[in-house]
Amino acid sequence: MDKLRLLFSKTGRAVYISHLDLMRTMTRAFLRAGMRLKYSEGFNPHPNISIALPLSVGCESNCEIMDFKLIEDRAPDEILRLLSDQLPEGIEVIDVYEAQRKVKELKWLRVGGRFEYDDRDIAAMTKSLNEFFSRESIVIQKKTKRGVGESDITCAIKELSFEEFGDVVYMRGLISAQEPTLNPELISDALHQLAPEIAPDFAKFKRLEVFDESMEVFR
Amino acid sequence: MDKRLERILPKVQKPARYTGGEYNQIIKDKADINIRVAFCFPDTYEIGMSNLGMGILYSTMNELPYVWCERVFAPWGDMYNEMKAANIPLYALESGDPVSEHDVIAFSIGYEMAYSTVLDMIDMAGLPIHSAERTELLPLVIAGGTAALNPEPMADFIDIFLLGEGEEMNNELLALLNEAKLGGWSKTEFLKKAAQIGGVLVPSFYKPVLNDDGTINRFDIADCAPERVTKRIIADLDKVHFPLNPIVPSTEVVHDRVNLELFRGCVRGCRFCQAGHVYRPIRSKSPELLIEQGKALLQNTGAQDITLLSLSSSDYRQLSELCDGLLEYCEPRSIGLSLPSLRADNFSIEIMHRLQKTRKSGLTFAPEAGSQRLRDAINKNVTEDDLLNTCRLAFEGGWNTIKLYFMLGLPTETDEDVLGIAELANQVLHTWRLYAKNKNRGVRITISTSCFVPKPHSPFQWEKQNTMDEYMRKVNLLRDNIKAKNVVYNWHDPQTSYIEATLSRGDRRMGAVIENVWRAGGRLEAWSDYFSFERWMKAFKDAGVAPEFYAYRERSLDENMPWNIVDVGVRKAHLWHEREQAYKSELSPDCRKQCSACGAAKLLKGGKCDG
Repeated sequence: MDKLRLLFSKTGRAVYISHLDLMRTMTRAFLRAGMRLKYSEGFNPHPNISIALPLSVGCESNCEIMDFKLIEDRAPDEILRLLSDQLPEGIEVIDVYEAQRKVKELKWLRVGGRFEYDDRDIAAMTKSLNEFFSRESIVIQKKTKRGVGESDITCAIKELSFEEFGDVVYMRGLISAQEPTLNPELISDALHQLAPEIAPDFAKFKRLEVFDESMEVFR
Repeated sequence: MDKRLERILPKVQKPARYTGGEYNQIIKDKADINIRVAFCFPDTYEIGMSNLGMGILYSTMNELPYVWCERVFAPWGDMYNEMKAANIPLYALESGDPVSEHDVIAFSIGYEMAYSTVLDMIDMAGLPIHSAERTELLPLVIAGGTAALNPEPMADFIDIFLLGEGEEMNNELLALLNEAKLGGWSKTEFLKKAAQIGGVLVPSFYKPVLNDDGTINRFDIADCAPERVTKRIIADLDKVHFPLNPIVPSTEVVHDRVNLELFRGCVRGCRFCQAGHVYRPIRSKSPELLIEQGKALLQNTGAQDITLLSLSSSDYRQLSELCDGLLEYCEPRSIGLSLPSLRADNFSIEIMHRLQKTRKSGLTFAPEAGSQRLRDAINKNVTEDDLLNTCRLAFEGGWNTIKLYFMLGLPTETDEDVLGIAELANQVLHTWRLYAKNKNRGVRITISTSCFVPKPHSPFQWEKQNTMDEYMRKVNLLRDNIKAKNVVYNWHDPQTSYIEATLSRGDRRMGAVIENVWRAGGRLEAWSDYFSFERWMKAFKDAGVAPEFYAYRERSLDENMPWNIVDVGVRKAHLWHEREQAYKSELSPDCRKQCSACGAAKLLKGGKCDG
């Protein structure tokens, strides 16, 4: 059977389930649904599932993608129906279909963010945020496996804007999902490093949609 | 979700353990509920979610339509600090509501080292830790579990102890509480009525009166309370409610698998063993039901491993039939079936071969003592031949890792017995040299020793513990005599065992010590990360309590033990007889060969013990 793709959301309490735990959770959900995933060959077989672009703990998403293969043939509608009853709170299946495109064609990510300030003027913050991110270059320190490196995040940001919304600031952005990958948390990290006076007291992010190079919705 | 919580969760390790929301969690509408239970496990989520008893009672209590029982675990240190800093009280996982909003705060206490965590969780809930300071009926603080079978050390903090198996007793108590809440009863009124329920012990109704030497003269018992409280049991395990839809954790826990309980009780009667005596009489589940439940559990959880639980799995009469039935389901689905707590004597290597077709990991046995004489003295019915034969079959079958567990400081132990451990390890190594299928893979024999802790309700309840110095002398003696490089020797530190010994046979004065430890920051002390021996020593000193009195003192036959107000079924005369047999190094037959009339069968009220 061909490679199948699951489009799902991860919100609410489920955002604290880590990437590895999510793989396990999904494997178990399939087993409970009576569907047998195809396993890898080898000494320690594991289910052949892969989740594109691992999501940071704490980040919500409306557009997670997981590829898998089943041993028996099943209609995508049936898979969707069977799986939907088996997931923990906060994980919802949006669609199941045959994967046509390669995950590496996925390029842009529409992200939203919610910036909370405990005791600062929201309007002023919004203005400063928009100013800050219109800089030509924003070079931040980034922890990598080989120590601390420097990276300019502007090349991974296509659009970024901030808007006042009640007592919080909403962020909307279009950022590079792969090559280079920009974790949206680096946007608030940049503020903590370079402009602590406008860094939020708390920020959380949500993936809204994924696109390919030419800004077609990726599925 | 609480905004404060949302801010701290990204900062702590493994936040998924603090959020709830798992598959199969039980959510109810508060409008339909009269009694809310916060079921607290005084250890981490990973430990608590691996506990079968907690899973059973969570489900059983939720069977009552007017009850909503939720789970609460102790946060790890990082989360604890964040919660304190953000002023977040302890909350229940299902609803996220503070524990203080619940009607019942119920603890499952399996182990003495959890005592300080119990106090901490009561405090994190925002309640006074002392029972006497909680004058209102609600919230009511109750506790059960093995460590509650000596209720005295925690008597000042707990309103009600529930002794024995909780499936029926908990719900009887909740039914009474429902009536009390609707009727507006006072706490005293409720406690008086609750004391009439079998298995319920209200510690404030029992006042210990001490002799000049610090031992207990008598208990002054309130008129409304029974002289002794007899633990509860479930007579027919095939008929009792058993959850087939357990919660599936969304993050990794210690035992991430289906647990299938074969039987309760133990036919063996090892004289050091508390569990082997307090869980009697022996009651088995039928293999047909177990197979059916095992399949349902695997289906409903999606787990890929199933474990057969009991104190001595190989003593289950229909083990072969059960394994066949389960394997028929498991094998085509690549589900692993495992059998812990095997004995080396009647251990069927053939069964192990069937169970572990692919993964031949390690085998673990607990001979407990190094010489035959001492194994006889503790009534561990394992001979050296049994063990070596088992090892031979294992080595021939391709296993190459063997772990052997021992205790040092058992009653009647001599240096010869200690050296016997090294000798036994050499014999196992020799067996490997003779019979291993593939010697190129090498062999690893691990010897572990811990310091014996005398426990209430066991034949060794009168014994003194070895001093820490004496234990370390024996450790060094053993270490100097283990020469082969394939044999690894690990020993547990004696300090935890010493504290455990003081607590397990502690009386009511121990409450002040536990409180001091908690006030000095003690919590999660079953974890070496958080255990502090110095803190305990200071707590004893400040409370004016001598730890040696509890750990290092031999008791006389007629001493009134703190746990004498608890009847677990087994007669004192039986325990004493077993102790005398130990000093003669004489074995007692196991229950299957000959019933020793230990007394536990009386709890079945005419039913038959499966011993």
